[in-house]
Amino acid sequence: MNWINALVQGVLLGGLYALFAAGLSLIFGVMRLVNIAHGDLIVLAAYMGLSTTIMLGIHPLLACVVVIPLMALFGYVLQRGILNQTLGDDILPPLLVTFGLSVIIQNALLEAYSADPQKMNVGILETASLSVGGLSIGVLPLLTFIVAVFVIGGLHWMFYHTGLGRAFRAVSDNQEIAQLMGLNKRHVFGLAMALSLAVTAIAGLLLGVRTNFDPSIGGARLIFGFEAVIIGGLGNLWGTLVGGIVLGVAQTIGAQINPGWQLLAGHLTFLLVLAVRPRGLFPRMTG
Amino acid sequence: MNDFKTNYVVTRSSRASTVAMVSGIAVLAVLIAAPWWAGRADLRLMAELFLYLSLASLWNLMAGYAGLVSVGQQAYVGFGGYLLFALTMFAGIHPVAALGIVAVLGAIVSIPVAALVFRLRGAYFAIGTWVVAEVFRLSFAQVSVLGGGSGTSLPTKVVKSMASGRQAREWLSYWLALALVIIVIACVFLFLRSRKGLALSAIRDNELAAGSLGINIWWTKFTVYVVTASLTTVVGALIFLQKLRISPDAAFSVNDWTAFVIFIVVIGGIGSLEGPIIGTLVFFALRETLADLGTAYLIALGLVAIVVMLKAPQGLWGIIRSRWDIQFFPLGYRVKGSSLNPSTTGRSKMGRSTLGSTDMGSTEMGASEMGRLEDSSNKKPTENSD
Repeated sequence: MNWINALVQGVLLGGLYALFAAGLSLIFGVMRLVNIAHGDLIVLAAYMGLSTTIMLGIHPLLACVVVIPLMALFGYVLQRGILNQTLGDDILPPLLVTFGLSVIIQNALLEAYSADPQKMNVGILETASLSVGGLSIGVLPLLTFIVAVFVIGGLHWMFYHTGLGRAFRAVSDNQEIAQLMGLNKRHVFGLAMALSLAVTAIAGLLLGVRTNFDPSIGGARLIFGFEAVIIGGLGNLWGTLVGGIVLGVAQTIGAQINPGWQLLAGHLTFLLVLAVRPRGLFPRMTG
Repeated sequence: MNDFKTNYVVTRSSRASTVAMVSGIAVLAVLIAAPWWAGRADLRLMAELFLYLSLASLWNLMAGYAGLVSVGQQAYVGFGGYLLFALTMFAGIHPVAALGIVAVLGAIVSIPVAALVFRLRGAYFAIGTWVVAEVFRLSFAQVSVLGGGSGTSLPTKVVKSMASGRQAREWLSYWLALALVIIVIACVFLFLRSRKGLALSAIRDNELAAGSLGINIWWTKFTVYVVTASLTTVVGALIFLQKLRISPDAAFSVNDWTAFVIFIVVIGGIGSLEGPIIGTLVFFALRETLADLGTAYLIALGLVAIVVMLKAPQGLWGIIRSRWDIQFFPLGYRVKGSSLNPSTTGRSKMGRSTLGSTDMGSTEMGASEMGRLEDSSNKKPTENSD
C-alpha cells in the first residue's frame, strides 16, 4: 500500500513539475530560447503571491488575479526590452543574459525578503484530504494536478486552434517567412514570453502554498522543469506532462526507499532516459 | 598583384606579444618570490586569485573556443576537493602526490559524463551539466565517512604531513596555486596553437564547414571536455586544500564555482586568452572594494555581465583589442604586406584568424576595398534578431 501511495503522490507531484516545465517548453518551442532564470521567476511569482496576500488580505489562490497579469506584463517587457536582442545564431548571449538575470532576481529577493523560508497559508485546504480506496489524497496536490492538466490542455488548444497559436507556430517554423507574412516576430516573442510567465505565475503560487520557499531554491525548480521537458520530449506539451509525472514518481519512489534519495532518484531517472532515449519519450522536434 | 608572393610575411608574434612575454616572465619571477615580500593575507588572496584564474581560463576554453557552455563545472571542483580529502584521509597519500591522482580520476569520471551530456545541445547541454553536478552533490552528501551533508575537516595529521611548520605550508600552497595557473594557461595556449586548436577554432567559426573538411567534431569537443574536467578537478583539490574544510554545499556551489567564473570570463572577454586574466583582476578588485555591500554587489555584477553581453560581447579585452589591435598571446596569424598599413592586419572577430581568410584576402585587395571588409567583419552576431 505504501508503494501505491508513493506512486499516486508522485503522479500528483508530477503535475507541479509539469507546470514548472510548461513555460520552458513553450518559449523553447517558439523561439529556441532556454531561460536559465525560469526557476527564479517561479520563486519571484511565489513572493509576489505572498506580498499580494498580505497587502490585500485575500486568499493566496485568489492572488492569481494580481500575480498572473503582473508576471505576464513583466515577461512581455523583458522579452521586448532585453531578450529579443540576444536571439540569433549564437547560443551564448541568451544563456549568459538569462544567467545574469537569475543572479539578479535571486539577490533582489534576498535583499527584499531575507533568506528566511516563507509559506502561504491556505487554511483548511492545506490539510483537507479525500479518502479513496484506503489511500488518502490531499486536496491541494489533487487541485495542482488538475490545474496542470487544464493549463497544458489550454496551451495545446491555443497552439493548434487560435490565431495566436498559428503565429507561434509560424515564427517557430521560419522566422523570415513569418515576417514576410506580416507577423512582427518581436511582438510574437513578447507574447510567448508573457504567456510563459503567466504559466510560471500559476506554478509559483501553487509552489508557495504547497511548500516552504526561499530565494535560493530557483535553481532546483529550473532543473526539475528542464528534466520534465527532456524526459517528455522537446516540443511536445502533453509529453512534458508525462515527463513531469515520471520525474515526480521517481522522486517519491526514491524517497520511499530512503528519504535521502528523493532528489537523487529523480536526477538519475533523467540521466537514464537521456542514455536510453536521448530525444525523450515523445519528441516532436530536435534540440 | 604579381609581387603578392614576395611582398608579404606571415608571423604569429608581434611586438606586443614579445613585450608581453618578456614582462610576463618578469612578473612571474616577482610572483614566485612573493612569500618573501607579501604578507600572509596577501599570499592567500593571490593564491585564490590564481585558482579563480585557472577556473576562468578553463571555462573560457570550453565555452569560448569549443562552444561547450557548461554551468556544471562545480561538479569537478567539488569532486576534486572530496577526492583529495578521501585520498589523504583514508589512503594516507601525501597531499601533493594526491593532486596527480586527482587529475587522472577527474579525467576518468568525466568520460561517461561527457558521453551522456553530449547528447544535449546548446543551452540544454548547459542545464544537463548542472544536473550532473547536482547528482555529484547529492551523492557525496550520502557518504557518511566524509561527513555526509554537513561535511568534514582535513585532519591535523594530514595538514602537518604537507610541510613542517605553518609558514612552509602556506608557502607551499601558494606555490602550488601559482604552478597550477601557469600549467593551465600554458596548456590552453599550447592546445590552441596546435593542430587540434586549429580544428577547434574551425568548429567554433562554422561547425558544418569544419565537419565537411574532415574534422571529427565530437572527438575534438570530447577531448576539450575531458582535459578541462581533469584540470578543473585539480583546481578543486587545491581550493579545498587551502580551505581545509569541505561540505557538499560549498564544494558543489553553482554560485562560487560557476556563476562568478562566467562573469569573470564575460566581463574580461570570452574567446581570448587575455580576457580571463583581465576579468579575474577586475573581479577581485571589485570584490575587495564592494564585497561589504553583499547582495547589492552580486546584483551589480549580474547587471554588468548583462550589459557587457549586450553592448560589448567581446568584453573588456575586446574593447582594448579593437582600439589598439594588440594581442599578448600570439595565437592568430598576422599577414604583413608592404602595400598595407600594418595596423589593419590580423584582426578578426575573436582576435584570431586561424583560417586566415580575412587577412590573406586583405593582402590581395586594394586599400579602397579594406573599408568594406572591415565593415563586414564587424557585424555583430545578434544583428538579425532585432
